[in-house]
Amino acid sequence: MLDEVFEKIKDLIITKKGVEAEKINIDSSFEELGLDSLDAVELVADMEEIFDVNIPNADLQNFKTIRQAVEGLQKAISQ
Amino acid sequence: MPGRRVVVTGTGVISAIGHNTDQFWNSIVNCISGIGPYEAVDSSLVRFQNGAEVKNYNPSSYFETKELDLMDRFAQFAMIAAKEAVKQSGMDCAYDQGTRTAVICGTSIGGVVSQEKTYMDLYRDNKSRVHPLSIPRTMPNSAASNISMHFGITGPVYTISTACASSNHAIGNAYWLIRNGICDRALAGGSETPFTYTFLKSWEAIRVVAQDTCRPFSKNRQGMILGEGGGMLALETLESAQQRGASILAEIAGFGMSSDASHITKPDQQGAERAIRLALQDGNIPPEEVDYINAHGTGTLINDSMEIGAIKNVFGQHAQEISVSSTKSMHGHILGGTSAVEAVATVMATLNDILPPTANYQEPDPECDLDIVPNASRPKKIRYALSNSFAFGGLNAVIAFKKWEGS
Repeated sequence: MLDEVFEKIKDLIITKKGVEAEKINIDSSFEELGLDSLDAVELVADMEEIFDVNIPNADLQNFKTIRQAVEGLQKAISQ
Repeated sequence: MPGRRVVVTGTGVISAIGHNTDQFWNSIVNCISGIGPYEAVDSSLVRFQNGAEVKNYNPSSYFETKELDLMDRFAQFAMIAAKEAVKQSGMDCAYDQGTRTAVICGTSIGGVVSQEKTYMDLYRDNKSRVHPLSIPRTMPNSAASNISMHFGITGPVYTISTACASSNHAIGNAYWLIRNGICDRALAGGSETPFTYTFLKSWEAIRVVAQDTCRPFSKNRQGMILGEGGGMLALETLESAQQRGASILAEIAGFGMSSDASHITKPDQQGAERAIRLALQDGNIPPEEVDYINAHGTGTLINDSMEIGAIKNVFGQHAQEISVSSTKSMHGHILGGTSAVEAVATVMATLNDILPPTANYQEPDPECDLDIVPNASRPKKIRYALSNSFAFGGLNAVIAFKKWEGS
């Protein structure tokens, strides 16, 4: 499931944010990929829609890397 | 200071913590917050349930049916505040056929309550026509226009929309118009009514609204709380106020504005600093005589630490002597109207030598380590007070008020 979540967010980062696929790995920070807090909010909103979950603001604010976002989403999905 | 001196001779306000200046100031002095569950929208459909709504508001006790037909809730609030400010001031807005009076109102979003109704009629209820006055109710200049018509004001009348700095830009513009002789008096302020389903969902999406309440400068702050209301200042030249024997509440001593040109939502400290410095320079204000700052203080993690950093950089060692509070902790964030309501709080603070508190404060934050007047108002001699606004879009506006000492 973790892989599925990662592949989905990676896909969004490529298609919606125009980041090259080879630059993205699970330990990339949003900042390294040239993405800011608004990009993170947008990506997580799309992921919420896809997986039908809600990520609390307090959790979202702590997402600095793709891994943190993926694990946060994974946690919400499994609940 | 170049040009003519400009004074405040009236204030008006309607908000979650009072329907007039007396009620509003009494709530502030007693640190009473108006934040609680909102009722205008079904809160089970939104991720946050609290706001600072104007409760027990009956429009028909303020307006005739015909007037209400023309005015969205946001215009009603601006008009109520304007009427109070004019009544207190005693100024004759229509003097010289009103050509020498200005009305400048701030709003971020205008008549969204009416706009929402048209959407509901069309998209939800499949009606084929909407209310014939939907356009004049919705247009953001409707508050300024209705005020101008009510008082017969025929001078400069316009609306400024710079998100959460709108009303400070409005007050600052009015101050400069009077100072520079373009007009002699003005009603300046603003209003906002953000409690609609589409607008609350939009704020939900951008992730800056707190779940519980607004705790500016507190380490455990979670974000802002939306509020609604309006505020207005009656401004005129010192000469005009003295000639007619008006009570002077405060003097406007400086105005500064800047743009971050950086990020659409993330504030840039340098932009905030420049606006504060420009307000001080504009009025030749000695920084060491600034005793109080009504902060932008939204209660978001980023804004509050940025703002304290800016104050420290501008004032250096003197920052330790300045009291900084956020009245948004009580009346909520009224967006385009917020700095008008905060201007009323700041005028009352300088008039009464009382520091408005920061309500809901729980936990010290090392990044916000100035005197933030936690949870209780207290007396302090205030010579100059600033009112800060730092808006989405990176637009900053700061007004400096000076205590009126009788000369």
